[in-house]
Amino acid sequence: MQTSPQGALPPSTRPRLAPASLGRWLKENLFNTWYNSLLTLVSLWFVWVAISSTARWAFATARWEVIPANLTPLLIGTYPRGQVWRIWTALLTVAFLAGATAGTAGGRGKRVAAWVAPLALASLLFPLRWPTRVMLGAAVALVAGGYWLFRGKRRLWPWLAGAWFFSFPWILFLMWGIEGSGAMPRVETSAWGGLALTLILAMVGIAASLPIGILLALGRRSSLPVISWCSTALIELVRGTPLVTILFMAHLMVPIFLPELRIDKVVRAMIGLTIFTSAYMAENVRGGLQGVPKGQYEAAMALGMSGPLTMLLVILPQALRAVIPSIVGQFISLFKDTSLVAIIGLLDLLGIARSVIANPRWLGLQAEVFLFAGLIYWLFSFTLSQSSRRIERALGLTKPS
Amino acid sequence: MNVSQSDDIIICEDVHKWFGDFHVLKGISVRIGRGEKVVICGPSGSGKSTFIRTLNRLEHHQRGRIIVDGIELTDDLKNIEAIRRETGMVFQQFNLFPHLTVLQNITLGPIWVRKMKKSEAAELAMSLLERVGIPEQAHKYPSQLSGGQQQRVAIARALAMQPKIMLFDEPTSALDPEMIKEVLDVMRELAQSGITMLVVTHEMGFAREVADRILFFDQGQIVEEAPPHEFFAAPKHERTKLFLSQILHH
Amino acid sequence: MASTQASKRPEPAGRGAISFWRHRGARNIAIQAVFLVAVVAVIAYFYNNMIRGLNELGLTFGYRFLGLEAGFAISEGIAYQPSDSYARALLVGIVNTVKVTLAGIVAASLIGLVVGVASLSSNWLVRSLARVYVEVFRNVPLLLQLLFWYSAVILKLPPVRQSVEVFRSFFLNQRGLYLPRLIAGQGFSSWLWFAGLALVAGVAVYFGVRRRLKRLDRPGFPSLWALGTTLLIAALGWFLVPHPPLDVDPPVLQRFNFTGGMHLSPEFAAILLGLSVYTGAFIAEVVRGGIQAVDRGQSEAALALGLRPWAVMYLVVLPQALRVIVPPVTSQYLNLAKNSSLAVAIGYPELFNVGTTIMNQTGQTLPVFTLIMACYLSLSLITSAFMNWYNRKMRLDER
Repeated sequence: MQTSPQGALPPSTRPRLAPASLGRWLKENLFNTWYNSLLTLVSLWFVWVAISSTARWAFATARWEVIPANLTPLLIGTYPRGQVWRIWTALLTVAFLAGATAGTAGGRGKRVAAWVAPLALASLLFPLRWPTRVMLGAAVALVAGGYWLFRGKRRLWPWLAGAWFFSFPWILFLMWGIEGSGAMPRVETSAWGGLALTLILAMVGIAASLPIGILLALGRRSSLPVISWCSTALIELVRGTPLVTILFMAHLMVPIFLPELRIDKVVRAMIGLTIFTSAYMAENVRGGLQGVPKGQYEAAMALGMSGPLTMLLVILPQALRAVIPSIVGQFISLFKDTSLVAIIGLLDLLGIARSVIANPRWLGLQAEVFLFAGLIYWLFSFTLSQSSRRIERALGLTKPS
Repeated sequence: MNVSQSDDIIICEDVHKWFGDFHVLKGISVRIGRGEKVVICGPSGSGKSTFIRTLNRLEHHQRGRIIVDGIELTDDLKNIEAIRRETGMVFQQFNLFPHLTVLQNITLGPIWVRKMKKSEAAELAMSLLERVGIPEQAHKYPSQLSGGQQQRVAIARALAMQPKIMLFDEPTSALDPEMIKEVLDVMRELAQSGITMLVVTHEMGFAREVADRILFFDQGQIVEEAPPHEFFAAPKHERTKLFLSQILHH
Repeated sequence: MASTQASKRPEPAGRGAISFWRHRGARNIAIQAVFLVAVVAVIAYFYNNMIRGLNELGLTFGYRFLGLEAGFAISEGIAYQPSDSYARALLVGIVNTVKVTLAGIVAASLIGLVVGVASLSSNWLVRSLARVYVEVFRNVPLLLQLLFWYSAVILKLPPVRQSVEVFRSFFLNQRGLYLPRLIAGQGFSSWLWFAGLALVAGVAVYFGVRRRLKRLDRPGFPSLWALGTTLLIAALGWFLVPHPPLDVDPPVLQRFNFTGGMHLSPEFAAILLGLSVYTGAFIAEVVRGGIQAVDRGQSEAALALGLRPWAVMYLVVLPQALRVIVPPVTSQYLNLAKNSSLAVAIGYPELFNVGTTIMNQTGQTLPVFTLIMACYLSLSLITSAFMNWYNRKMRLDER
């Protein structure tokens, strides 16, 4: 394995598939030295073994029928089937915002199409019901529409960031519904589940921890020692503790601390995730605050602005803009971390997967179910992290390293 | 606490300041009259920037008294904000707000501190941009402007508060040579308007032309204080002579 | 700021009769007092509710339960019986956590180093495989990976009698991994003399070479010389001693199970595999970034000086890359330690797992939580103390 001493990745060497240069490409990238040739052969053998044994298992041994049989609970848990349109509405909201974000971030149309086309194709290929197909089609159309409407309108991105933030309460409202309403009856959180619950937990965690994180960060940087000590202690305490512990604490301690309020299991998990994420969010925001030069404070103060006004109008807008990438990163890791709620008995995507496996009808199908759940997690997490890198570049926030 | 009895807009009496153990200002006493233009010069580290920053309390002095426009600078928050409203400051590094347009930079203070109407503030800002010669840049962001243009915006931002005193902290030191003139021209024009100006600068040509008085700082003290013709023609102190020879014949 | 130098420095200027709310110092004190009262009030309210709840259950708040008999079994770890105290049970959990954390750190570092360097390889296939590894494993939740390794891989292994054999000495089956163990042989005590001699010689060589280099005023690597000497003498001793100093104790299949050798339980194997594969992906990214972060100009400058490529790597790139790599890798280690608590999902008896069992038995939720948090927190504090030390040292070296 030769590492070029300058340590930089060799310039992207994509094979030009003209047959004449293919041979040269192979020679340059796979067989340029004797040990590279050896490495190539070993790797090829490894790839062959891995792919062939996986394929043999996937096509011969595996019993994939467990997935379609349980697809609905895996995606939406036990949400009332008559009310599924509410989840669709939430999804369509997100689809539109995603398209609009790709547009403002200056993503190229081809790339957006490359993300969306497989979805459209899958909806046609897989044996789905027609309403589902129509809704998926609508989602694809909204992504495209959002992209087209917002293409190149870079100035609108602060509005879009706000729209993302406020889409979270809107989605919660959709899911929850109105007590005693005919069209949108209240659906208790105990009926929420599957991928929908996973996504909601992540959204709530981020949306709620952003303001708390900002307050904690400001507290930590405060010149008043009592406030700064308390904030620092809280942040470090939470960051030093594993998430499972905090989730368990929220699960067990909230009813002990607040016995009068009968707080439901899902909400307790939200509390735990919010406490956990807030501490990390505070550190992100603090990083952003530290990046604002001292001169900005001085300029605002020299204009006679008071401390809070300076913070609100001058410092925070700059700091928050700088931490958007790390907030997206936080969202991705929270999205994965929500899987821990399965340990306290919630039926999120992983929780449902576990309960499917526990069903005697599907005995011994752990690999199939876990792989499917893993694929869903992976698709979301990978897509998000790729697009966040793009957004970062579009906002001009990538630091020259 | 109105101690103002004279026509002096800034009164400093024996002002001392320490950074940790380092004694930056060692007893500065000076009076500056209404409408006076004062240039402060001296070697780097002599305390001249620190001094000008104590005048709007970006730095706290630890001994002595500073009275600006009849208000003494103390820990009284109201007084500090009042004095900051009366003094505009221009920084070496411009310190424009990068997330706001040029126009928003200028109207921020008037709208939120002076409680001006948005339309009025925008009108004021546009007239100030005319005055500093870049009205066409109003809707750009600071990063799209040259250094000289940014500093002119910074001057307009300070003027938008309609201050009685303007403090300049080395306003041309971060600029490329070809942009220094455009900023100095704006400052010359400003000097003729009758506003009180304190300028920390190494631009001796500007000092000779505009200043009523030059203060020479060395090691935290005012070593020499004279009108420009006297200061340049017949400096009294050895340190001043050395400084002038270095800065004029390099 | 002013108060520390009070003796030297006069009181802040401008004190006078200012109305209370306008004085900066007074206002600051008032704000803090109100804040403190609010915090204390909230905590007191929570505490009160908890005590009332405990009273209803007939329990009292405290740590006295730690001395009581635990009465539950723990599947693996240091010596422990159900008749031991809760405190002892917690200790078993702590030791198990430390054990899996240390093993995980070693394994994850190895994986991270290899994959990180591989992702910078000039070989396209190797580079791509490394990228695939990183993107697959860091984008899937660790808990899901753990459950997958445990229930879909390890528990699906063949039963004991049909173990998967590797080199006739490693055996993989449902009950975990059996591997040979090294034990002291007959010649061990005589070899120890050589080992001691080797150490002494190594230290002597180190200082000797260092002094010589100093006298010659030349650079060099005294530690490499010392290491070589030590290894040489130790190896020499190995062959000179009449009986082999170390014996291999292989696992042997008896009628129902293996005896001898070392045994990793399926739970331990799954958590170790999961933690090191997951954290390894993150460390690989750190390593790659660290090597890439070293400015290209730096190595070009070094090559222009006529240094050989290996010297460029060793003298210029690596020291700088390490400076970038160490802090994030340390925080990955910390994450690994905290993530070891996920073992609760597959039943490996680490700190958190044992803690929840005790909570269920005693009802002492808060005390057990505070103990668990104290353990993890002291881990974090030790790590951040190390980080501060390291950063200080690095800053000194930079001068």
